[in-house]
Amino acid sequence: MVVANQYEMVCGLEVHVELQTKTKIFCGCTTEFGSEQNTHVCPVCLGMPGALPVLNREVVNFAIKAGLALDCEIAEFSKFDRKNYFYPDLSKNYQTSQFDLPICGKGGLEIEIDGEKKWIGITRAHMEEDAGKLVHSGETISTSNESSVDYNRAGVPLLEIVSEPDMRSIPEVLDYLEKLVQILEYTEVSDCRLEQGSVRFDVNVSLRPFGTDTLGIRTETKNLNSFSSVRRCMEYEVARQAQVLNEGENVVQETRTWDEGQGITLTLRSKEEAHDYRYFPEPDLPPLVIDKEWVERIRKTLPKLPAARRARFQTLGLSAYDAAVITQAKAMADFFDEALTYYTDAKTLANWVMGDVTRLLNTNQCSVLDSPISAHQLAELLELINKGTLSGKIAKSVLEEMYSTSKDASMIVKEKGLAQISDEGALLGIIDDVLAANPQSVEDYRAGKDKAIGFLVGQIMKATKGQANPGLVNQLLKEKL
Amino acid sequence: MESVSIGKSVSEQHELLVHKDVSSTELTKAYIARIHSVDPDLQAYLTVLEDKALAQAAEIDRKIAQNEVLGALEGIPMALKDNMCTEGVRTSCASKMLESFIPPYNATVTDRLQAAGTILLGKVNMDEFAMGSSTENSYFANTRNPWDLERVPGGSSGGAAVAVAADEASFSLGSDTGGSIRQPAAFCGVVGMKPTYGAVSRLGLIAFASSLDQIGPFTKTVRDNALVLNAIAGYDPLDSTSVANEKPDYTKFLVNNVKGLRIGIPREYYGEGIDPEVAKGIQAGIQTLIDLGAEVSECSLPHTEYAIPAYYLIATAEASSNLARYDGVRYGYRAEAEDVLGMFKQTRAEGFGPEVKRRIMLGTYALSSGYYDAYYLKAQKVRTLIKRDFDQAFEKFDVLLSPTAPTTAFKFGEKSADPLTMYLSDITTVPINLAGIPAISIPAGFIKGMPIGMQLMGKAFDEGTLYRVAYTFEQNTHYHTLKPSLSGEVLACGSR
Amino acid sequence: MTISREDVEYVAALARLELTEPEIQEYTEQLNSILDYVAMLERLDTSDVMPTAHAVPLHNVLRDDQVRPSINHEKALKNAPDGDEGFFRVPRISLT
Repeated sequence: MVVANQYEMVCGLEVHVELQTKTKIFCGCTTEFGSEQNTHVCPVCLGMPGALPVLNREVVNFAIKAGLALDCEIAEFSKFDRKNYFYPDLSKNYQTSQFDLPICGKGGLEIEIDGEKKWIGITRAHMEEDAGKLVHSGETISTSNESSVDYNRAGVPLLEIVSEPDMRSIPEVLDYLEKLVQILEYTEVSDCRLEQGSVRFDVNVSLRPFGTDTLGIRTETKNLNSFSSVRRCMEYEVARQAQVLNEGENVVQETRTWDEGQGITLTLRSKEEAHDYRYFPEPDLPPLVIDKEWVERIRKTLPKLPAARRARFQTLGLSAYDAAVITQAKAMADFFDEALTYYTDAKTLANWVMGDVTRLLNTNQCSVLDSPISAHQLAELLELINKGTLSGKIAKSVLEEMYSTSKDASMIVKEKGLAQISDEGALLGIIDDVLAANPQSVEDYRAGKDKAIGFLVGQIMKATKGQANPGLVNQLLKEKL
Repeated sequence: MESVSIGKSVSEQHELLVHKDVSSTELTKAYIARIHSVDPDLQAYLTVLEDKALAQAAEIDRKIAQNEVLGALEGIPMALKDNMCTEGVRTSCASKMLESFIPPYNATVTDRLQAAGTILLGKVNMDEFAMGSSTENSYFANTRNPWDLERVPGGSSGGAAVAVAADEASFSLGSDTGGSIRQPAAFCGVVGMKPTYGAVSRLGLIAFASSLDQIGPFTKTVRDNALVLNAIAGYDPLDSTSVANEKPDYTKFLVNNVKGLRIGIPREYYGEGIDPEVAKGIQAGIQTLIDLGAEVSECSLPHTEYAIPAYYLIATAEASSNLARYDGVRYGYRAEAEDVLGMFKQTRAEGFGPEVKRRIMLGTYALSSGYYDAYYLKAQKVRTLIKRDFDQAFEKFDVLLSPTAPTTAFKFGEKSADPLTMYLSDITTVPINLAGIPAISIPAGFIKGMPIGMQLMGKAFDEGTLYRVAYTFEQNTHYHTLKPSLSGEVLACGSR
Repeated sequence: MTISREDVEYVAALARLELTEPEIQEYTEQLNSILDYVAMLERLDTSDVMPTAHAVPLHNVLRDDQVRPSINHEKALKNAPDGDEGFFRVPRISLT
């Protein structure tokens, strides 16, 4: 970016993650996504008079787990506070959150850009409740005469993860987000479905001349829900701020919103109108005392995180690139690991998984979690190739059949009589027929045209509907000729 | 028979029911008749549930007919302060904001009293959102003191106290944040108990100040009070501030004996603001206890005078947040407006009365940026000092004793001109809420025909000792037998 | 004056209370009187004192992650001043 050459960009991120507990943080309503409006509600999450919160133990467990996966200190003493402001999606007009004693302290994760590793710090992570959803009668808030509120989402548990302002470029930001989401997905504290709003990003950006230490004035753009909108938002905001500075003006410290349609950021509220949240300790919830035993119990449930799994796959013979692709999503890595328990050639397995299996899943927009082909079934297919029952080529079509029917490879091979013909006797018979039918090619081959054998092999394959074992055909042909 | 039975205590009524001397339906009808007769003057009730009550009574009578064992409170008609949610029954907090609010659920105390077989006669009047000391802040009506109709019943649980004092209910439940059970009990000559914070579930109690609110019973006798507390106290997993202690049978403490009990008299509760007549009356009460063998001596709770400013900062801060939910979106009053901001502002301007608005303003200010440390945080630190005073006093004493209120019931309008004057009258009651300890007010005499109350304060979860001292005092005095005649004269009505 | 008229207007805005002119004047006076009174807390040295946020020393009050029945649609909206097809409706939300 031309603009970036004049100024250094400093970026920090706040990421809100929906924790996939069965119930909301302070009441027993289900957190299931996508139901009819205002059906997963109760007096507590509706903020009715007289309602009181009760903290969900699993939310605390998930928060600790995420914190450990992100190398964070876990607070011994933690509490909730009320963040007071008025908005129609906030059923009590305060959000129960954590202010000065969050459950997770300093941590971080490692990103890698063009082979160079860098540590991005995490300042803190805290638990809070989500607000409801607003549906506007018009296209946007400002063009709507009225809005409608659905409180199904109100009270869903969130973990807010705040990074240090350590990022200096858009690739760094994107790699941080990717790695962060990957780690969260691995710990299974969230389904990380960005398209459902399970993870949302607030981006803080400021510019400063290269070589200076002090931070410039930053803006915050809230509620981005995809990596691509983060990228485009940052490109726009950096360019906008640079232009402001180049004109000799100061950047206004403010909160902005991303307009997806126009591809620009807009002022949401200025500093003068900044909220005075009047934080105070939540009187309805006693504090948390988290002892070492609790933390250790959670630590034991941590899965092998992406970096460790990548390393292990590499020791099995995968290239760094292949290992990275397969560990991209935990579900895929789990699938791979399960198949490995039946079929030990990791490299071949990796090729099939990254190739045809992924192709089939993508074409059908299917998650590997819902794959019609199980890891065991894939392993069985590859085993059949190994044993010589199937040629690689036929195996591919068997895979397609497996995808649409979920049947075992061996079943399909049996039903369709696809077993590779490796019976010499049977083959010899067919070879004789083909040789008899193609005397010219026989002569050409004997005359020195090696290519002619290819034609003959092709004829034999055709006669056997591709099921002849090609290696054996070649060998037998050459013997005959 | 029926009209006499409404003057009896809960335990006496239980005996009448068990012996089939009176049926629950007859008893309920008698109360309803009484309400029709005196409530137009007293204005204790906001909602009367005639049909529902009679249906409940019929159920109990069926049980009695089948000679089933009757629980202590079964078939007994009672009233609930209108800040306790009752499913399907309008719950207003005496505010325009909730004038037509019908809760979709019961408060835990409502459930427990229902399970105990009581008859809900109706919902009674209060200061709006429990903010006040006279029930003059009700949006609907001024409840009158049955001992003198030109005087306030006290607040904020004025209706609940009056209903019991005037035999419009056998017992009632009120709530106490800074004295709202004890002071009306004293003004109306009945027994009122504020239990330890955490002893009774707050689920379904429409919140004023979360760290101070507690629900407690109004009754004519100490025994009745223990019976009701038995029914409502105890751990509630749906209230995170509810304490899971071993719940005792409070009636076991009703022993007529205070020999050797150490009673402390905190000098700060007998200062300038206390009416000398009231002080004299309480002195007489103290002498009674001394004569009965209690060991009485003076003590000091040095930070008492700081309790009011601390209380009014903490309570209003919490209230400003608790009342933020009243915005016209999900329930309650809504003002028409062009946009949502206008709707919020107008709804709250029109839905709340002046005292509520004043406290929201004060509380918001106390929490606001730049002032949090000086006001809210400071008040919470002073709260620690006040609690410490009590902890230290309870190392030497079993209970502490004081006048419940600095005066007897004042006249309508007397204190409502200047809010600060009203706040200052809470000096004897608010420290108890800040410390979270239990306290009870019992009838202790009369001055010019108006009742005075004696306040007993106890250690956390030691309601038992409070009941013991209260019961002993009651059994050795006759104040609790006197009833307002509702015509200006005090009328004796036999023993209890 | 501890609290000015502007302060009162700021606080009223924070609390979403529309105040009339007489109310602003009245509250300014009354709040000043109350705040002057509460200033007495400054006399106390609380530098070594921890604040009490909860009257009872409880901690770790937690519940299991079990689904409890929600209230149905109808019940949720029964008290709504403006309910529409299962939603709570509000007038225009302006951005700033």
